[in-house]
Amino acid sequence: MIMEIYKEHILDLYKNPQNKKILNNFTSEFSKNNLICGDTIQVQLLIQKEKIKDIGFSGDGCAISQASASLLTDKIKNMSIKQIKNLTKEDVLELLKIPISYARLNCALLPLDAIKGALENAGN
Amino acid sequence: MKDNFKKDFPIFANLPKLVYLDSAATSQRPKVVIDALKNFYEKENANIHRGIYTLSEEATKNYELVREKIADFINADTDEIIFTKNATEGFNLLSNTIKELIPNGKNEIVLTDMEHHSNLLPWQNFAKRYNFKLKFIPLTKNYELDYDKAKEIINKKTAIISFTFVSNVLGTINDANKLILLANAQNALTIIDASQAIQHFKINVKKLNCDFLVFSSHKMMGPTGVGVLYGKKKLLEKMPPFLVGGGTIDSVDYENAVYLEPPRKFEAGTPNFAEVIALGNSIDYLKHISFDKIQKYEAELFEYALEKLHKIKNIKIYNPGKNKSAPVISFNIQDIHPHDIAHILNDKNIAIRAGHHCCMPLIKKLGILGACKVSGVCRASLSIYNTKEDLDKLIAALKKAQEIFGK
Repeated sequence: MIMEIYKEHILDLYKNPQNKKILNNFTSEFSKNNLICGDTIQVQLLIQKEKIKDIGFSGDGCAISQASASLLTDKIKNMSIKQIKNLTKEDVLELLKIPISYARLNCALLPLDAIKGALENAGN
Repeated sequence: MKDNFKKDFPIFANLPKLVYLDSAATSQRPKVVIDALKNFYEKENANIHRGIYTLSEEATKNYELVREKIADFINADTDEIIFTKNATEGFNLLSNTIKELIPNGKNEIVLTDMEHHSNLLPWQNFAKRYNFKLKFIPLTKNYELDYDKAKEIINKKTAIISFTFVSNVLGTINDANKLILLANAQNALTIIDASQAIQHFKINVKKLNCDFLVFSSHKMMGPTGVGVLYGKKKLLEKMPPFLVGGGTIDSVDYENAVYLEPPRKFEAGTPNFAEVIALGNSIDYLKHISFDKIQKYEAELFEYALEKLHKIKNIKIYNPGKNKSAPVISFNIQDIHPHDIAHILNDKNIAIRAGHHCCMPLIKKLGILGACKVSGVCRASLSIYNTKEDLDKLIAALKKAQEIFGK
């Protein structure tokens, strides 16, 4: 059962996260805490002409939150602001392709919350 | 390890696979406590105080009997025992009523780097309200309090020193006697958080000579919803009530009220009387086993756990070691997030806690002390119903986690 969650693609992303970087050139940023474990994720966005031109995230987290951040940050590159704002919990779960229990939902959704927070900070 | 305390706790008969290593969060309850609750609700239920009928009189008598039991348990006088809803409420009661006791010229509160949020946030509020300064006794590299620094920090401006007897993260047993002597020399009030101590060893408030002591029922095998605040009578008498309402007054008119003597003036509203009465049974249970036996059993388990955990590769243990700690062990395994470890352990029916354990500032400090990044830690906390087999399962599951993460 546990192997359904800790699948290879999740563990790979945990060990080699995508877009885990600090941007020097960004238009907005946002930090979000996971209230259960105290983890913090920070998202930076470079928005140009209503599109995400670059994105970086930082902060330690569990395998689920790190994989979710990698997959989401990849997905939203070149998406429009409006499309990103419409992303839902289901979209995140579809990206992760693993069963997420109630207790881990916070971990999975933390990156999306941070991204949406950064969009709001940018005045969107 | 010939004793078998597990059989006294029905949850292990109902969930035979459960390996419960989260007693620092809440303990399991023995059958005698669960039966007492059921018995009360089925056969004895009536509100306490003021009822002029047998059922209410009996309930009142049994409620007050537990006050006596607790007083005897920690060597206090009966009217020095106040029932609260939990330890957190005890600290809030103190931080809202203690100002009357502080002489002019004192404006510092001393805490430690290892306090639970419940013994930190009430004092943050107090400090902001009255313009006091908070000071913190730091840790040594061995996860103990730095008593040399404590001597410098506690001075004539110290109004209160409030500290935990046992850390809920590090397990460290603090030298309460030493801190109280330092406080007494400066005429400072002393408050002990005994939430993580009361279930592990005998506490004697008269011998400690602390002014106040706080703990909760649910961590000592009693029901939820009940806490205890001990306070020296001469201090309680000078303090105003905290929550007010029914049960606290001698007489009331539309403009004014005359409050009762302690402890009644601090117990507003209908208390959790059924739970208080059942707490009496958990005290009986602990006394029946005896702290000599509890300490011996837990020490053996703790030593076994430490020895086995130390053998796991890439583990970092945040604990001062045997004889200096209650059976609470926090740790991290390199490159595996505590959340993931707890999740994998849960798959094997092992309940540990992972995160900041309501000690966010301490967890940040551990990161600095351990020279590694820490956003949370795993914590295994033991009680008398644990066995060496439980710990063997923990070790096997931790190795499994390392296997999954390819370490």
